[in-house]
Amino acid sequence: MMDRAMMDREGTFTGNRGLEKEEPLIFEQGSPGKTAVDLPEPPASKNRLGGLERRAPIGLPGLSEPEVVRHYLRLSQKNYGIDTGFYPLGSCTMKHNPRINEKVARLPGLGDLHPLQPVSTVQGALELIDTCAHWLKVLTGMPAVTMNPAAGAHGELVGLMTIRAALEDRGDARKRVLVPESAHGTNPATAAMCGYAVQSIPADDRGRVDLAILRERLDSDVAAVMVTNPNTCGLFENDVQEIAKATHEAGAFFYCDGANFNALVGRVRPGDLGIDCMHLNLHKTFSTPHGGGGPGSGPVVLSEALAPYAPVPYVVHGPDGATLVEKPDDSDGKPFGRIKGFHGQFGMFVRALSYMMSLGSDGLRDVSGDAVLSANYILARLQDTFRVPFPAPCMHEVLFSDRTLKGTGVTTLDMAKALLDEGFHPMTVYFPLVVNGAMLVEPTETESKESIDSFVDTMKHLAERAAAGDVKFFHDSPYLTPRRRLDETTAARNPILRWHPPSLDHAAE
Amino acid sequence: MRYLPLTHEDRQQMLSVIGAESVEDLFRDVPADALLSDPVALPGTQGEMAVEQAFRAFAAGNVSPSSAPSFLGGGAYRHHIPATVDHLIQRGEFLTAYTPYQPEVAQGTLQYLFEFQTQVALLTGMDVANASMYDGATSCAEAVMMATRTRKRRRVVISGGLHPHYRETSVTYGKYTDLDIHALPADWQDSEDAGAAIDGETACVVVQYPDFFGRVRDYTALADACHAAGALLVVVVTEVVSLGLLKPPGEMGADIVAGEGQSLGNAASFGGPTVGLMAVRGSFLRQMPGRLAGQTVDVDGRRGFVLTLSTREQHIRREKATSNICTNSGLCALAFTIHLTLLGEQGLVRLAELNHANAVELADRLAAVPGVDVLNDTFFNELTVRLPKPAAGVVDAMAERGVLGGIPVSRLYPDNPDLRNLLLVAATELNSSDDMDALVATLTEALS
Ligand SMILES: Cc1ncc(COP(=O)(O)O)c(C=O)c1O
Repeated sequence: MMDRAMMDREGTFTGNRGLEKEEPLIFEQGSPGKTAVDLPEPPASKNRLGGLERRAPIGLPGLSEPEVVRHYLRLSQKNYGIDTGFYPLGSCTMKHNPRINEKVARLPGLGDLHPLQPVSTVQGALELIDTCAHWLKVLTGMPAVTMNPAAGAHGELVGLMTIRAALEDRGDARKRVLVPESAHGTNPATAAMCGYAVQSIPADDRGRVDLAILRERLDSDVAAVMVTNPNTCGLFENDVQEIAKATHEAGAFFYCDGANFNALVGRVRPGDLGIDCMHLNLHKTFSTPHGGGGPGSGPVVLSEALAPYAPVPYVVHGPDGATLVEKPDDSDGKPFGRIKGFHGQFGMFVRALSYMMSLGSDGLRDVSGDAVLSANYILARLQDTFRVPFPAPCMHEVLFSDRTLKGTGVTTLDMAKALLDEGFHPMTVYFPLVVNGAMLVEPTETESKESIDSFVDTMKHLAERAAAGDVKFFHDSPYLTPRRRLDETTAARNPILRWHPPSLDHAAE
Repeated sequence: MRYLPLTHEDRQQMLSVIGAESVEDLFRDVPADALLSDPVALPGTQGEMAVEQAFRAFAAGNVSPSSAPSFLGGGAYRHHIPATVDHLIQRGEFLTAYTPYQPEVAQGTLQYLFEFQTQVALLTGMDVANASMYDGATSCAEAVMMATRTRKRRRVVISGGLHPHYRETSVTYGKYTDLDIHALPADWQDSEDAGAAIDGETACVVVQYPDFFGRVRDYTALADACHAAGALLVVVVTEVVSLGLLKPPGEMGADIVAGEGQSLGNAASFGGPTVGLMAVRGSFLRQMPGRLAGQTVDVDGRRGFVLTLSTREQHIRREKATSNICTNSGLCALAFTIHLTLLGEQGLVRLAELNHANAVELADRLAAVPGVDVLNDTFFNELTVRLPKPAAGVVDAMAERGVLGGIPVSRLYPDNPDLRNLLLVAATELNSSDDMDALVATLTEALS
């Protein structure tokens, strides 16, 4: 007789665990002669490759269609997605991804359009881009938008380059960008890519930008102030209008990181707060899928003053319908250049517009309302269990520190790993950097109360278990995931970044 | 509203636990004058049926390349995508996951990225590849930044055979970091000597393979010239299917390969999203931008994968990071890798042969049209022809007759009168003989 404990100890013959199968690399499967794509025999013709044909095989494996389907299906089963369960990854807005968005993005006449078809043959696409742009402008209360950026960080780059172009145009070379300590890493990285020195602004004891220090550091050498609002602690920057005023008085521009726009959509227009420039992550607020890391889309809304400097291309309307301005020389403004191939992440505009049209102006108001309500509910229910470093209310996400774990031997990371066994995706951990052992929980508006309650109850349970001194349990977590804790140190010290045929010895590359 | 699970009762209960009167109460940190009391002036909620109809109307305003003979390339190619690709990438566990920060529950993503990196390295003939960039143009720009950073030199030589969008994007990226970009004029006559432009200050030379005009050129000597001067050779590939048939850039001595992977697994989607490829020689590994998946073991000794070498990246290194990239093109990389796995060695080679054979047929048929000159001696699946009149008008005339007959080079080089009559035409496995009949007929008509 085999009981459960014995099975856990001895495992199975194959290493599989029922539905959860071990899956080798594609390179360890198949044979070169197999293929899952039957193509016709090419007609015989004299090749025109100029003697540059490949001489050695590429080394790709060959698999049949059923083998390929199983490979990826099994891999998918080792992944946690929003479709699996609660995914409160703070700052990432892991909300439900409606499937109608996927369907319409694939319609013939949208998904298959070539970017360089004659503009007369893509009038519907240009109208779609324009409509998406219109929604974004109305929602943010800003007069202009550039649709080009491929993601949030790319939007930051476009925003700062627009600012730099505007400053240089008025003969005002400035050297520094002020960035709060709590900012996402992309903010300082972007400022550096735009040729600016980064100066950090500390947070005050309310977790907001320290206005006094900001004022002190604002001088005629500052090109821009980059503030995330709500900030990465999940707090609304109460002084945002004063920050805007001080920034403008110093002759600088106010860049807002709009990654957290989900807290505000339909209720607050950043344009009313005095910003000059803000990127939106369509893959956060506007539900385009995160896809295991991307793609994203990061349109940037702009003030009147900045709009002329926005990059090409953009859509304009003329007597013959819509057209694209693709070259700076064809522009009425002074575009700083081009930032990407073709015309932005069109497929993401389709999805985001489908989402916005589904919700409408009333539904989008409920999005921010429910997102903020859910985060505050988690805050209220967990505030006696975990330390809330800054006073309530929060906005769409709630930040906890590891203070109550101190002395237990259990860390924020251990909490995250224990959550995995309980069937939750962990919150964002160790970000923002302004509190110790940060746990940033963003429920979004697409979780039911039952789901949130279950998460809260689990967090309370784990906290009790930590307090009870069950350290070994935590250090060995997770137990039930497809893999347990992975050795990241060795991975970085001796990087293996690709498969090699077993006969070759490649220690490092 | 169908996407919002909270009921009125839920909201009331939650508010009472919070101790707030209303949801508006929770927005009290927002300055009162900035808090809207009513919905903004946009249409209200709509059901799925109405939304779908609205998008069908947008689609109806376009000419779908799937239902018209289409010969467009220029960095975005129409290939047959097996049904399996789109089916698999829409598995919720792939589609709705994010960057694999918790590797214990992201082995699916991490393993396919590791496989993707291996495939890209094999195709390009390079040592290692990253887990994707936004697109080919930004990948090229990042390659330029990386080259100047590692060589500690400012000068960049860009070939006149590079896709103009890639050149323009690289110029933009370099604009505020003080790069000295020396872009050579459009090389439509195949007369460029990029090697002559290299000097002791040159960090890299950027060429495209096959180039923008479709030509297949051997860069081995150029690589040697670069290396002799302490510069790097960056090779850009915009049509990755070509590598099924062509000698890989790594064998020619490329130091960095920056590419566009759209051709495998990804529809053109009016130009985005697509997937940027980047592969390098091993010694540049730690200077690479973007994510890298690496192999390791878990505490039970089982093989697994993690994101690695993240000390290069913005979330650790902040303003000293190799790039600001965070979100990349994960799902497009998945589509790429699934398509390539389906093809396998044999399928990819066959696909490349078909593309080439169709392009050979296209070249022969175009050459027979009175007044048309085929400029290319060599090509893979795309070539440049010279027409007796401006190509833009000809393309519009063909479009009116339902044929997407190519890209007027002037669309990308509007200011160069030498290029006004040039037309870029591509043929893939999807172009039938009937398509070519239609192209030849409408072109002949438009020229007469
Ligand atoms: C606050 C904040 N800013 C910027 C970014 C960068 O956006 P992306 O990943 O789309 O480049 C993110 C998300 O990753 C973020 O959370």
